Amino acid sequence: MSDTVTLTIDGQEITVPAGTTLLEAAAQLGIEVPVICYHDATTSNGLCRVCVVDVNNGRLLQAACVTACANGSKVETRNERVERSRRTILEMLNSAVDLNHAPAIQTLMNDYDADPTRFPNAERREHALLDDNPFYVRDYSQCVLCWRCVQVCADDAQYTFALTFDGRGFDTHVATAFDIPMSESPCVFCGQCVGVCPTGALKPKIQWGMEQGMTPEQIRQSTRRPRRRQSVEIEEG
Amino acid sequence: MDSLSIAEILVPYQGRQRDALLPVLWDMQTAFGHIGPDAVRQISHALHVPEADIYGVISFYSLFSAEPTAETVIRVCTDPICGLAGADKVVHSLCHHLNIQHDETTPDGKYAISHTTCLGLCDHAPAALISQRGHEEIAVAPVASESDVLELQITPPYQSIVRGDILLKGADGKHVESLAKYGDYRALHHAITTLGPEGVIGEVEKAALIGRGGAAFPTASKWKMTRQAVGQPKYVVCNADESEPGTFKDRVLMEGRPHLILEGVALCAFAIGATKAYLFVRGEYPESMQRLQRAIDEATHAGLLGENIFGSDFSLDIEIRRGGGAYICGEETALFEAIEGDRGFPRIKPPYPTTHGLFQKPTVVNNVETLSTIPGIVEHGGGWFKQWGTEKSTGPKLVSVSGHVQRPGVYEINPGMTLRQMLEEFCGGVVGNLQTVLMGGAAGTFLTPDQLDVRLTFEDLRAIRSTFGSGAIMVFNETADLRDILQRLGRFFKHESCGKCFPCQLGTQRQMEILERADMPLEGDRERLRDIGLTMTESSLCGLGQTAASAVLSALEKWPDLFAVKGQPV
Repeated sequence: MSDTVTLTIDGQEITVPAGTTLLEAAAQLGIEVPVICYHDATTSNGLCRVCVVDVNNGRLLQAACVTACANGSKVETRNERVERSRRTILEMLNSAVDLNHAPAIQTLMNDYDADPTRFPNAERREHALLDDNPFYVRDYSQCVLCWRCVQVCADDAQYTFALTFDGRGFDTHVATAFDIPMSESPCVFCGQCVGVCPTGALKPKIQWGMEQGMTPEQIRQSTRRPRRRQSVEIEEG
Repeated sequence: MDSLSIAEILVPYQGRQRDALLPVLWDMQTAFGHIGPDAVRQISHALHVPEADIYGVISFYSLFSAEPTAETVIRVCTDPICGLAGADKVVHSLCHHLNIQHDETTPDGKYAISHTTCLGLCDHAPAALISQRGHEEIAVAPVASESDVLELQITPPYQSIVRGDILLKGADGKHVESLAKYGDYRALHHAITTLGPEGVIGEVEKAALIGRGGAAFPTASKWKMTRQAVGQPKYVVCNADESEPGTFKDRVLMEGRPHLILEGVALCAFAIGATKAYLFVRGEYPESMQRLQRAIDEATHAGLLGENIFGSDFSLDIEIRRGGGAYICGEETALFEAIEGDRGFPRIKPPYPTTHGLFQKPTVVNNVETLSTIPGIVEHGGGWFKQWGTEKSTGPKLVSVSGHVQRPGVYEINPGMTLRQMLEEFCGGVVGNLQTVLMGGAAGTFLTPDQLDVRLTFEDLRAIRSTFGSGAIMVFNETADLRDILQRLGRFFKHESCGKCFPCQLGTQRQMEILERADMPLEGDRERLRDIGLTMTESSLCGLGQTAASAVLSALEKWPDLFAVKGQPV
């Protein structure tokens, strides 16, 4: 097997090392393929399918983040079929999830002429805000299910395994075992999940407090750890 | 089993790993009716699997529950064929009788009524699955009154109408074949003593056998690639997760001809060089599982399975794995995930199972029917198989016919006969005036009466953009409400989408919502259905999403006025 492959992307020929993904090859040509779930530091799972491209006018479109370049392929990163998929996925996502704190996805909506009101009377994925620890809050109404938080909590980074998926299909949501509060879970509050969240679903508590208009004193109160408060009380006592 | 504690249940599993998770969860679910925090903690310690992961697995499968359930849970099938046979009325009268709502438990904790997707009893519709704490599940059909399910007045097995002399020889759905009746695995003996592994693959290749699971892949290429693949050990997986609405041929095979299937599995293992095989049987088929297990025991006792078969150095261990209730696990890579103790999320392909399958090892996955054709091919030669069918669709093929026909059942057809001939000669004709045939299952396409002369072959069906699919043929006369059928299909896919990729996770929900308002469609619903359908078809990660809109798109094409807004031109 040859070490390199040569293919055409949007009419431009490129030679790349075997194993290079279509997403990487396109980037080398300065072609930006849109992504939602993809992140440099986490395992790519081809979930959002917003990065789909047309390879050789095949029956199926291919997710650029997980598809390796093949010799002689003719790739179109944007045509009518690709645009229909991207637009429809964005419209469906917007009809299910609160994307107000996801500016990158909002920009994509504009780029692809996605109609935010395309799906009237659609069931939304609504969840109560979870404020169960001093470090971050979880608002799964804003979760797009990119899997990044679950992956960094598990074997992509931290090996803590505090998070999982609850339910199936449209009703899937990220959760702890039996929905126990974070403080009772194995969570070590490393913060990596918050760092990789592409929407406002996971937020540092201080940022959230500031957005809520809380005073510095209120924020300090809400972010103190119970154990510390206890020890202060003992000292004072 | 009620008396066993969590710790006692775990005794045989000590030292095992994550791949023992599904069997452990089944033991717990059966004993306690749910799998609570204490059980999860102790399982986590025994198998070294994080508690969150175990909880995630429980929440993925329909037949497991993390919350306490009623002593008896009654799940009524509400898919198209059971719907036609009055399933909604059954649910309603059960709820009325017990004075509860759907998905509620009676105040005394004794009963709960819920629904399930297809139970593969379409020829006895309507069907229900009964889960009683401490007991094995029982499928009941046809449910005519409350007492049928509450007092279990009818119990399996159910006599099916079957017709066929090769795969279905001696099978009637009622009687199970004994080893004495089946014979001493003559094909396996011939393979071990005469043909050798390459010779077996050669005969399968000569037979031009096409896989019967739905993807229509040539079986011999799969075997050859797996045999040649680097990596040990190799595995054979028999895909017995038959869950496509309207499909029950594999159930009839498993209940009637377990030894035929086991010999097919053994031949495949011998051919590719595997010493371990799994039969992944859907959780809703307890009867199939019990009969297969009895057959394994019988064959092992007779020295036809196990160590040094026929005195050779070929050994084979066959293990049954019970699914937890998820249609997606019929997808081969999702099936591997289930056996490995994970949520049934399909994997990205490539790599393919032939090199990276179960436990990332080279694996052949074949459908039950595919494997059951192997003993005949090996014993009589590949040419024998070609006396049936056409050049491209060789061998006898099973179809499950249900709905508005005189004799719903499983039929062994000679590919090349037309759909009309099949309906008339085998099924005794259509009841009433034919409106449409849903060909290939929920993931298939609608055919209209003018298409009845299509020959039943892989190539002829493909030419009219239809499919054999799972071999399901659902027949509807003019009394059937197409919108109702589509709604049930929509609910099925919404219920069974795994949620991994966005197009299917979101699309199956939105598609269902639009289908449910089909009596009062909104302006633009047809275009919405089309965009959702094409997006799922072209962009979903696996075969489920890629076919979840197949029936809907074909309905849109055939009956554009189905979703027309009243008073507006079509």
